[in-house]
Amino acid sequence: MSINLNVPEMSNKPIDKCVTKLKVENASLYYGSFQALRKITLEIPSCAITAIIGPSGCGKSTLLRLFNRMNDLISGVKVEGNVELDGISIYDSKIDVTELRKRVGMVFQKPNPFPMSVTENVAFGPKRHGVKNRGELDEIVEKSLKQAALWDEVKDKLGQSGLALSGGQQQRLCIARVLAVEPEVILMDEPCSALDPVATLKIEDLMRNLAADYTIIIVTHNMQQAARVSDTAAFMMMESDRAGVLVEYGPTAQLFTNPKDKRTEDYITGRFG
Amino acid sequence: MTTYSSRKITQRTAFTFLTLATVITVVPVLFIIIYTIVKGGGALTWDFLVQFPSQAGKAGGILPAIIGTFYLMLGTLVFALPIGVLAGIYLTEYAKDNWLTRLINLAIINLAGVPSIVFGLFGLSVFVMAFHFGLSLLAASLTLACQALAMVITTSREALLSVPREYREGSLAIGVTRWQTVRHIVLPQAMPGIITGAVLAISRAAGETAPILIVGAAFLLPALPTSPLDQFMALPYHLYTVSAHVPNMPKETVWGVALVLLIVVLSFDILAAAIRIKTRMRK
Ligand SMILES: Nc1ncnc2c1ncn2[C@@H]1O[C@H](COP(=O)(O)OP(=O)(O)O)[C@@H](O)[C@H]1O
Ligand SMILES: [Mg+2]
Repeated sequence: MSINLNVPEMSNKPIDKCVTKLKVENASLYYGSFQALRKITLEIPSCAITAIIGPSGCGKSTLLRLFNRMNDLISGVKVEGNVELDGISIYDSKIDVTELRKRVGMVFQKPNPFPMSVTENVAFGPKRHGVKNRGELDEIVEKSLKQAALWDEVKDKLGQSGLALSGGQQQRLCIARVLAVEPEVILMDEPCSALDPVATLKIEDLMRNLAADYTIIIVTHNMQQAARVSDTAAFMMMESDRAGVLVEYGPTAQLFTNPKDKRTEDYITGRFG
Repeated sequence: MTTYSSRKITQRTAFTFLTLATVITVVPVLFIIIYTIVKGGGALTWDFLVQFPSQAGKAGGILPAIIGTFYLMLGTLVFALPIGVLAGIYLTEYAKDNWLTRLINLAIINLAGVPSIVFGLFGLSVFVMAFHFGLSLLAASLTLACQALAMVITTSREALLSVPREYREGSLAIGVTRWQTVRHIVLPQAMPGIITGAVLAISRAAGETAPILIVGAAFLLPALPTSPLDQFMALPYHLYTVSAHVPNMPKETVWGVALVLLIVVLSFDILAAAIRIKTRMRK
């Protein structure tokens, strides 16, 4: 059976132009006594989109949350190994976690705009980080909404509640909210799983446009989506009693057309066949 | 067919019983209100509300008791609201889920079940004597605040917990601190619930007789309290005294005091319900 992966040309851009943005070395994570990540090692390039794929429950979200320390919010979590952002260990006790999360923003599976106006949603982060001037805030709001390809749709209803927007618009609002604090890395945890196909394509386009300026890591269980948007891909798995195994990591095109590991091949063909 | 109609009968029966149960709970409340209005309505004149009592409460009005009760409610609110809300915030947003937190939660739940006279005794030995506040508005407010605290903390916690976790995550994920998240996202969302709880708590405090009896309420005072360290009159205590200890007391006057107390308490309950309904409609 032939697989039409429809890998876009951009995916073949040489990754070696990029530097290593995030580096994970032998990272393990435990929820209490349950090990959810097993000695993961990988390097995430800047100016690229990295996809994390794998069956549900294999630890994709956990791996993603490792990068902005969102796992810290769960009690009983223990992290071993090393995670570096620009060569600096982010689990070091000297690290200011809020500062880290400003640099490594996150978009969630279910769009979660705040119960306030569109403008206030986007201005929220900058305001909390000390921007007070209304004019400056308005500029940030407009710029971020434009970056998130939402401006044209909401410019006449900036005062309306963010909750009144459609699901796809809400998710782009959440992306604008992240962009407003000028992060370097954007984490996306199945950002399209609650959206219809048209809204999904809009977000994918948006991601491709953002890829030039931001390091993007996306978790997805949608193989086609990973193939369409990502430059590099990580395939994770869980075995009967073991979650959090990184099976294969490499350029997306290679992972999909010429996987090195039998388990990757089985998963990909299984999903497509 | 048989099963269908028998199911219908079951449903009818259940419905009848539920309606009956509702009626049974509502009727006594309505009866008490109507009975109080009928018995005490005649006493409710403008003079009754704005005059000082005379002849041991048999004549004149109940102004100092009304004012005293409002002072008490205000005092209770001033102490119970900030402490209760801060404790609620700490317990929901900061405290780790460990044995200490669970012990504290258990203590709060049990605090609500402590008989009010015990709070009174506590207030007497701590605020009146140990802190040297004497028999006073301050000691009574603090005593009632201790009792109201359980309710304020519990309702604050519920209101805070009802704010979706997703909002907190969205905020933390863009580098906003925990406190800023609480202050700018969680608290505004939880505010109506918190206010509702506080209003109910002080309306309950307004009706308390036993605790204030031993920490500073007086039957007849020549003047309104001018400082928090003064003694005070209060509606429930006044009602207790005129109904139990004043001979030849006109029944209408007694019911008049009861009616005023009922109006004060119920109007705060209605205020709480209004806040709840209004915020539910907004959502
Ligand atoms: N808060 C938690 N406490 C305990 N176990 C968890 C928690 N979150 C996730 N897990 C477990 O960790 C594993 C990985 O979860 P997750 O990273 O959410 O997987 P994925 O995103 O790939 O579906 C799952 O087996 C899940 O049950
Ligand atoms: Mg997940």
